[in-house]
Amino acid sequence: MNVISFALRRALGLVLTLFAASFLIFGGLYAAPGDPAALLAGGQRPNPEVLAAIRAEYRLDDPFLLQYGHWLAGLLTGDPGTSAVYRTGVGGLIAERAATTAFLVAYAGALIIAAGLGLGTLAALGGPAVGRTLTVATSAAQAAPPFVVATLLIWLFATRLGWLPVYGAGSGFAGRLEHLTLPAVALALSFTAYVARVTRTAVRGELHSDHVGTAEARGLPRAAVVRRHVLRNAAAPVMTVSGLTLAGLFAGTAIVEEAFGVNGLGSLLVQSAARQDMAVVMALSMLIVTAFTAVNTLVDAASALLDPRVPQVR
Amino acid sequence: MSGPREPALLRVEDLHVEAPGRPLVRGVGLDVAPGEAFGLVGESGSGKSLTARAVLRLLPRALRTRGRILFDGADVGAFTPAGLRRYRSGGVGMVFQDPRAHINPVRSVGDFLTEGLRTVGGASRRRAESEAVGLLEEVGVDAAPRRMRQWPHELSGGLLQRVMIASVLAARPRLILADEPTTALDATTQEEVMAILGDLRRERGAALLFITHDLDLAAAVCDRVGVMYAGRVVEELPARELERRPLHPYTAGLLRARPRIRGPRGRLEAVPGRPLPAYEAPDGCAFRDRCPRAAEVCAAAPPLRPLGAGRVACHFADEGAPGTDFGEDVGEDAGGGAPGEIGEEDRRG
Repeated sequence: MNVISFALRRALGLVLTLFAASFLIFGGLYAAPGDPAALLAGGQRPNPEVLAAIRAEYRLDDPFLLQYGHWLAGLLTGDPGTSAVYRTGVGGLIAERAATTAFLVAYAGALIIAAGLGLGTLAALGGPAVGRTLTVATSAAQAAPPFVVATLLIWLFATRLGWLPVYGAGSGFAGRLEHLTLPAVALALSFTAYVARVTRTAVRGELHSDHVGTAEARGLPRAAVVRRHVLRNAAAPVMTVSGLTLAGLFAGTAIVEEAFGVNGLGSLLVQSAARQDMAVVMALSMLIVTAFTAVNTLVDAASALLDPRVPQVR
Repeated sequence: MSGPREPALLRVEDLHVEAPGRPLVRGVGLDVAPGEAFGLVGESGSGKSLTARAVLRLLPRALRTRGRILFDGADVGAFTPAGLRRYRSGGVGMVFQDPRAHINPVRSVGDFLTEGLRTVGGASRRRAESEAVGLLEEVGVDAAPRRMRQWPHELSGGLLQRVMIASVLAARPRLILADEPTTALDATTQEEVMAILGDLRRERGAALLFITHDLDLAAAVCDRVGVMYAGRVVEELPARELERRPLHPYTAGLLRARPRIRGPRGRLEAVPGRPLPAYEAPDGCAFRDRCPRAAEVCAAAPPLRPLGAGRVACHFADEGAPGTDFGEDVGEDAGGGAPGEIGEEDRRG
């Protein structure tokens, strides 16, 4: 089994997953209550002729599978439809906001990896007092939902201390960094605690493993034992969990973008869902699923490279 | 008299190992001379593996130890961290029981073998690798250069244990600790691996502390054998004496409990009762609950005293009584239902 066939099989799995997801997303929203034509017409009591015209324009009277096929073909050719609320192409709406959300996700992801891995490793290698302190701290952080954290952060850093802006996404790298710091922290906190706990467990497990005993019995310096045998072996499970956490961040942006008034994909999703702007909701749902599965596949491939016992690669 | 003729390379003096509230090793003393092979035999829970780990200071932190361990006259317990690393990397090497668990699964065989040479010995990659290949060939691993690039999970248990032995030999230790090195292997592989370990350590003049539950194997490989029971050494004899004239009733029982290939087939004998860890054993002689010779006097712990060519901790052992006579005695008593009576006299608490 070589690397190429491994990659091909994973890619095929990715395509099938996305195909199934597209069907579920379209089918789910198709079955949702409410008449899309009435929403599109916008008025209180639209007359039947207008409704009929809208139905014809949006092909709402076609059979389900035909509508699905039309939508899917649009997605694949880069035309995910038209927003009923904004009256413009969904593609354009997403493109305007993608950079902000990507920046937020990358920022939060960097915080999670740096703080989660660092604190988890520290808790495992440090003394019992360090371990206990971090257990308490991570329990609290993990239990705090992002919208509560967001409110607290706004109160403390924006209102009381006035250190950081509380609204908007900023422009340019420095502006974004300044504006998105609080949203990124709010998004990252509970995930950081989770990654720290997983890291601590994995590192402690390796620390007490038999092969680390062998390395100690051979008189290797402590730093070499920790680096080559403890951290190296804990890397694969930690990376799997951190990767899945990062993949989940895309969905988490909805809450913090709303809380901090950041005009990104997450807040677009929330607003579109509230206004039943189906074309936008479907396109964003597909985007989130795609990002999740893509990250997931990358994580699997990386884990396989880190652990020679995973059979697919070699 | 016992006692090595030259100063001991390893001396264990009155070693106690204790979990909170539970004694596990209760005053073990032994000497291993340079180049000598010493076998430490006992049932599981007798404290033999703990003794070996204590020699390397590899016991879990939760266990408390007392007593002294001297290596080449230096107190192992007093080593600084750097001194301890030097001791572990050059003085003593350990072959562990389960190579599959004791070799890092995500690093290659070559990495495992060369790590010590490169990190501690400061050898270049090329020199360390050529040395490792040579060692693999010495321990009977075929296609050594290819093995260097393989992963531990791709090798059989027997091959992996040879890799472990090669990695220990690479450090040129003066003492090799082997903790049941062949127990995880199948019978034919066991013999080969043991022979390789025995031969190579003799060629290099390294001493061996061999931990096993296999009396025959210990007698075959070692110069002297100590028998442990419930955290104490109860008997120590030259290996050739052990089978002919065991001094302690426990050793005699163990010898009779071996299956025989020759002779009439019969029911396999067993030592009555079950093996006790030190914290469950009675005061006085720990074996008295299971011993056919037990009497009032056994309520006092028998000291490990010199007798003949060895040492024994039993009130009844004496120089005149050949072990085989002892054995027949034991057989009759066991048939007469003695273990039950002994059990009722048990006064531990």
